[in-house]
Amino acid sequence: MSATSTSKSKSGHKTLEQIREDLIRPLYHNTFWNQVWIRFLILIIVLGALAYGHQLIKGLGLTAMRDYSAWGMYISNFVFWVAVSLIGSLISAILKLLNQNWSNPLSRISELIALGAITMAGASIVIDMGRPDRVLNIPMHGRIQSPIVWDFFVVNTYLVISVILLYLPLIPDIAILRDRMTDVPKWQQKIYKALALGWQGTQEQWRLLKKSIKIMIILILPVAFSIHTVTSWLFAVTLRTGWHSTIFGPYFVAGAFVAGSAAVIIAMYVFQKRQKLQDYITDYHFDKMNKLLVITLLVYLYFNINEYLVPGYTWERLDGQHLQELFLGHEAPLFWLTQIFGMVLPILLLLLKPMRKPLPSLVISIFVLFGAWIKRFIIVIPTQFHPQFPIQNVPEHFTHYIPTYTEIAVSMATLAMALLIITLLVRIFPVVPIWEEAHDRGIYKIFKAEKK
Amino acid sequence: MKNKSQNKTNDSRRDFLKSSALLGAGAIAGGGILSSCSTEPESNGEKVKLLTATGELVEVDPSQIKKIRKEKLSELAERGREGLVGHHWTMVIDLSKCKNARKCMAACQGAHELLPYQHHINVLQMQDSRSTSPYYMPKPCYHCDNPPCTKVCPVNATFKRKDGIVLIDNERCIGCRFCVAACPYSARIFQWFEPDYTEEERNRIYDVELNVPQKRGTISKCLFSADRLRKGQLPYCVSACPNGVYWFGDKLEDAVTNGTTKETRKFSELIKENAGYTYFEDLGTKPQVYYLPPKNRTFDYEPVKKFLDEDEYPADRS
Repeated sequence: MSATSTSKSKSGHKTLEQIREDLIRPLYHNTFWNQVWIRFLILIIVLGALAYGHQLIKGLGLTAMRDYSAWGMYISNFVFWVAVSLIGSLISAILKLLNQNWSNPLSRISELIALGAITMAGASIVIDMGRPDRVLNIPMHGRIQSPIVWDFFVVNTYLVISVILLYLPLIPDIAILRDRMTDVPKWQQKIYKALALGWQGTQEQWRLLKKSIKIMIILILPVAFSIHTVTSWLFAVTLRTGWHSTIFGPYFVAGAFVAGSAAVIIAMYVFQKRQKLQDYITDYHFDKMNKLLVITLLVYLYFNINEYLVPGYTWERLDGQHLQELFLGHEAPLFWLTQIFGMVLPILLLLLKPMRKPLPSLVISIFVLFGAWIKRFIIVIPTQFHPQFPIQNVPEHFTHYIPTYTEIAVSMATLAMALLIITLLVRIFPVVPIWEEAHDRGIYKIFKAEKK
Repeated sequence: MKNKSQNKTNDSRRDFLKSSALLGAGAIAGGGILSSCSTEPESNGEKVKLLTATGELVEVDPSQIKKIRKEKLSELAERGREGLVGHHWTMVIDLSKCKNARKCMAACQGAHELLPYQHHINVLQMQDSRSTSPYYMPKPCYHCDNPPCTKVCPVNATFKRKDGIVLIDNERCIGCRFCVAACPYSARIFQWFEPDYTEEERNRIYDVELNVPQKRGTISKCLFSADRLRKGQLPYCVSACPNGVYWFGDKLEDAVTNGTTKETRKFSELIKENAGYTYFEDLGTKPQVYYLPPKNRTFDYEPVKKFLDEDEYPADRS
């Protein structure tokens, strides 16, 4: 079974030399556009940092958040980043444990996305704090009853595990780079030498590595599910209509796999084109990834029907107010935009084979990912405008929420930061695992120390 | 080097100001007003009045007083967290009496140094159904016995005291606003901007029972005027009401006193006779603020605008 899928996913015969050549070549290509791209990201980050500095000095009042919308864009960003980060565990852990070898060339992409996303999830929470100078109060005075404390520890744990899960399968590749890339700057050689941990490819080293990877992909699963379930509980444990829902945990996890799969498809397209990896990330992989996206979308659709139909049927006082706003009121354009363009249409389109080709699936995935962000916005904000008591004796603009330039600049900076982390890492590490690619093609002798 | 020593003198002067302010607070605790916070002791033979831990007022020579180090100031926070043990404070709001005078809101905003749109107590215009007449409803924090807000606080900045009051410690608060999200009664506000204080006002000693000075990036909320209760006085809003809307008292004593008429009644009888109720009992939060229904009103209901006009509050957008 796995043998057929492996052979299907590999186009053409490649020798070890060709694989190494193909996957290392992009590390030498520091093109003009690459330089422009990195400078562009840095510019966005600098602008965001200035906006954040301004916010630090003036207070969170620079955002559009007020007393009846105490959580805004920053918290929806946080939920979005946590969601995207789960893809690392889906592809590297769940699919591996299910022996779905076709996803091997995509595992590093998904781990890179996971690392960028979870870092920015942590940053988003600190950005949203009124007193970021007191962040250490959480470990110092932490109360175990508070889901924020759970989130604090789970996010940090997931960050550590994500780094380890990215690093472990990198070790043999770094050893290859250490041995082959002797013509790059000294600092880069030093990085390879240090990070390779003296890897020689001995039997004992392989045994330890494979065992460690296995342990990590099992360990990451409960943490991955916890992190997004706990994130959903930030909302579900409140007495608020639209949040106080028992299915929020699985609903959020399902949505997370949707967002992450879309992010991976976009990244696959970019790397395939930029690094000329057509022989490694093939139409077959796009087809498979898009089928995975459809499955996650269908599960998510099922949760959406539960989440909206049941309260929509009973139409209890506040549920009615809330859903009226979502279905027909002020929030309706955004709501239907994300539900139709981010969920229903992608499901229908991706059932057609031509739509699972690289370019169409790139477009669809951009819609799905953007829809996923809007969906978090729709979950976080409108609910707060339907409290038990009417909103009175405050300025009228307290009754709606439109993000300010400060929020948009800071949010864009987190996006740019995540992209920069990924961009810089793929400048020095191969985006497709070299040794796994060789193993999948039946080549087992990669290092001198190896037998055969 | 020069800078360093300058900082040091600044710090010690601030410490001195703070400790002397505490002294002042102690001195006037018997019956003074908190606003005279910065009286400094001078050693010219005058005695300074001090309140001891056992509640006695003693006079000592200023030279006998040791400077208190900053860490010790947390005693104010400590007693604020403990509460007035042996009481269980409760409030009864008679909706049939409220004429929307809003003296309660003004008194509260004055005492806690709030902006016009920041409410610890908010008088809402309510109408239960089309066939019933509208009424005014003062809404403070309900100081729930099962508070959803304190549960979610990650750092124990908001807490429930032994006397039932739910307070916020704005020197601990990290500004995550989870409690705002968790409170179903919209009782909490956030300091989105730096409060408009002078340097001196900002450096006053923080009293957790008054939540003054307010701090940017932290939560503020109704405190049942815990500072007034410690002095044996009724809360600011209760005393300010001209219409006899508020009853305040101790559930354990089963007695509540009307802030306007000063009449004292049995709490249980008042609730029973007037069919008193709390809001959204189905949420299980067990509010400690009771309402008497808006019946037999002899005055007209005049609707007022529901939002503040732009000239009624300082610009909150820049």
